[in-house]
Amino acid sequence: MRCKFFAILLTLIGLVAHGWAAEKKPILTLMTHDSFAVGEDVLTQFEQQHGVALKIIKSGDAGAALNQAILSKANPLADVFFGVDNTFMSRALKAGIFMAYASPLLSKIPDELELDPHDRLLPVSYGDVCLNYDREWFSEKGMDPPQDLDDLLKPAFKGLTVVQNPATSSPGMAFLLATVGRYGEAGYLNFWQQLRANDAYIANGWTDAYYGQFTRAKGGTRPIVVSYASSPPAEVFYSETKLDEAPTAAVLGSQTAFRQIEFVGILTGTRQPELAAKLVDFMLDSRFQRDIPLHMWVFPANPTVPLPDVFVRYTHKADDPVMLTPETIEAGRERWLEAWTETVLR
Amino acid sequence: MKLSTRYLLIVPSLIFMGLFYFYPLASIFSLSFAPQDNAAFKGMEKLLSSAYYLRLLWFTFWQAAVSTVFTLLLALPAAYVFARYAFRGKALLLNLTTIPFVLPTVVTAAAFSALLGRGGLVNAALMQLFGLDQPLIRLEHTIWFFLMAHVFYNFTVVLRLVGGFWARLPTQIHEAARMLGATGRVVFLKVTLPLLAPAILAASLLVFIFCFTSFGVVLILGGPRLATIEVEIFRQAVHLFNLPVAAALSLVQILFTFGLMAAYTRLERRSSMALLPETTPIRTALRLGPKDRLAINACLAGMAILLGAPILALFIRSILTENGLGLAYYLALFENRAQSILYVAPVAAIFNSIGFALAATLIALILGCLSSAFLAGAKTKPAAFLDPLLMLPLSTSAVTLGFGFVVALDEPPLNLRSSWVLPAIAHALVALPFVIRSVLPAWRSIPRSLREAAAMLGASPHRVWLAVDWPILSRALMVGAVFAFAISMGEFGATVFVARPQTPTLPLAIYRYLSHPGSLNYGQAMAMSCLLMVTTAVGFGLLEKLKPKLSVSNF
Repeated sequence: MRCKFFAILLTLIGLVAHGWAAEKKPILTLMTHDSFAVGEDVLTQFEQQHGVALKIIKSGDAGAALNQAILSKANPLADVFFGVDNTFMSRALKAGIFMAYASPLLSKIPDELELDPHDRLLPVSYGDVCLNYDREWFSEKGMDPPQDLDDLLKPAFKGLTVVQNPATSSPGMAFLLATVGRYGEAGYLNFWQQLRANDAYIANGWTDAYYGQFTRAKGGTRPIVVSYASSPPAEVFYSETKLDEAPTAAVLGSQTAFRQIEFVGILTGTRQPELAAKLVDFMLDSRFQRDIPLHMWVFPANPTVPLPDVFVRYTHKADDPVMLTPETIEAGRERWLEAWTETVLR
Repeated sequence: MKLSTRYLLIVPSLIFMGLFYFYPLASIFSLSFAPQDNAAFKGMEKLLSSAYYLRLLWFTFWQAAVSTVFTLLLALPAAYVFARYAFRGKALLLNLTTIPFVLPTVVTAAAFSALLGRGGLVNAALMQLFGLDQPLIRLEHTIWFFLMAHVFYNFTVVLRLVGGFWARLPTQIHEAARMLGATGRVVFLKVTLPLLAPAILAASLLVFIFCFTSFGVVLILGGPRLATIEVEIFRQAVHLFNLPVAAALSLVQILFTFGLMAAYTRLERRSSMALLPETTPIRTALRLGPKDRLAINACLAGMAILLGAPILALFIRSILTENGLGLAYYLALFENRAQSILYVAPVAAIFNSIGFALAATLIALILGCLSSAFLAGAKTKPAAFLDPLLMLPLSTSAVTLGFGFVVALDEPPLNLRSSWVLPAIAHALVALPFVIRSVLPAWRSIPRSLREAAAMLGASPHRVWLAVDWPILSRALMVGAVFAFAISMGEFGATVFVARPQTPTLPLAIYRYLSHPGSLNYGQAMAMSCLLMVTTAVGFGLLEKLKPKLSVSNF
């Protein structure tokens, strides 16, 4: 009987393993975070054009993925890494894991997105982290929705806001940076003190904020949440019934949003730098760039590519977002986090 | 068996642990503590001087202890009912209690919020009923909320480990005590409880360690003000990339649990008694009196509320669409809306999950069996050291071990960093302690004299094993296998922090849906969670089917 037991187990494992057997073509590996996505046909096009098999490995959230890339510096896991954002950029460059590559396609990308003068990290996409509100809730109550960060501190907005803990969440961190940029080192803690007094809810991450506390979720009770400027179109795209209007809206007033820029880079130690460069070019080129909005829900870095309909209709960009240099962020991160924890949680 | 040959039994487990646990851990520790950057050591000074970290350690310990006590209080009565009574659907119910074990923390948190949150079902009903304008139950971000979730997760550990053992306690001892005039209470306290002690201790230890390293549940349900050591390690390692502090905290965590387990193994050895367990569980009279019926019904009702309600809430959410009841979310799972490579076909995810789970179960069973064989007969000293050693992966920070894999397993022949084998290995590391804790108490309870008697009567060693050991062990092995399978299905341990190619499993698919806005995504996540639960239940059923026929019981 035991023999049969093990025989069945082994057969099943064998079957599964067989399905995962490796391919024969040269393999180019792209390391990235869990939220990376792109159209299947787009990747196939790259594979056919260059006769390679593209392997994508995902390593947790943006922070965890980057740390793994740094830890494996001596013997890299991949050829190309996508998903370093401006909040982590300084850490990545200091670790020296990326090599310079001045892609010819950089000419199509606006200068303000190119933060690395040595072209080790090249901008691929960007998005705004900002407040979202439930439109229906505000029209039912006959209240004006928030226009600015200061609105959250008004008595009428008591108990209405959900933000994420910056120590455990990347939009939470971005929002903290927005307040640092907006109110300055001297004033941001004052804002958070008042926000705490106004009964803001501190969620662990984006998911339990948006799907647990936000009124758009079943059972949620707070109509304002920190999310992305692209969340309203995602609500339309992923709605069950066809919607003509987005059920939520983003607050994008001057100095209320933080702009997150995501970069790609070639890992030093790759054995196929030419091929890796081709992949970087490909990611900056229009075919890939056009695919970004509907898959990753951010804006393509290349402003000339056409945006999908749902983006054009429902997404707005922040005109004057908060921008901090990567060096400022890296230097201040730990201090701000600690001060924030001290002010808001203790 | 000679002493030296006996040591061969433990060798495979030690090699496995050495390669996939101690080597990665040593690599990441030596990297973290290498004096390369003086700035990083500033954090260390703070670590030693700050009262904050002491409070952190205390809170972590305290919440784990309270969680364990609550779980025991609630699950022991159920273990009694399951051990002593036969009723219809018992085997199925037992499997269903293990389902919570596989649910991702985000999903469990969602289920609890849906039930008991500010705008949850219970509050909505209460407000309607009593005409209140404020929610009555305010558990969010309190200790109670996550303690409940800990009981929800760990109930099954106590029920299965203790219940399985209890069902085999010989009744003659109780009858003898009763005949000598002891009351029911005295029999329980003086006879039953001491005999159950090894199983209760084993279950308590597992629950304690599980809660000790609890992460997501505490963060989401308990709120950001309540942090465990594990939370702090994650924060330091991932967000601040302060490896020295993260490594030091991991070390504290490991040393603390090692000490605890060393104390436990001593206790376990002292409390275990060879008492000739029954091979088939004892049943009370098949005719149940009204008192028995009351006990069974009360137990089942309690379990329905505690374990059933959150699961039911998830299921309802997966079929309650904007257009009323329907299967829209399930159907949407099969549709790749954006033609994305991100898309996970449900069938593929089920296939991947089961593949990893079977591989992990197989590894954990083989190693667990060999280790238990060694530990059951080993001298006190080596066992007192080796037993706690084998338990360590359960209490080790997932981030730390995950980063350790990245650093250590980077060269052939061990270049497994992005191999599909690694998740199975990582799961097996966490599952191994469960197998050992299930099997060892059973193994120790087999009296030596029984084997000797069988041998004297002319039975070959093989026959002795088949007739004496196997019937008693197979049931305990089954319990271990179920937990190993569940641990892998639920993606426990370091796998969240390990790079992996396109082999998405059910929990990963759930996370993926929950990271984008839109009601359809949420519905699909709930539908996928239900698929995960059903797949797990079917998996348990299959494991039961594979169970050798020698043991007849259904506990």
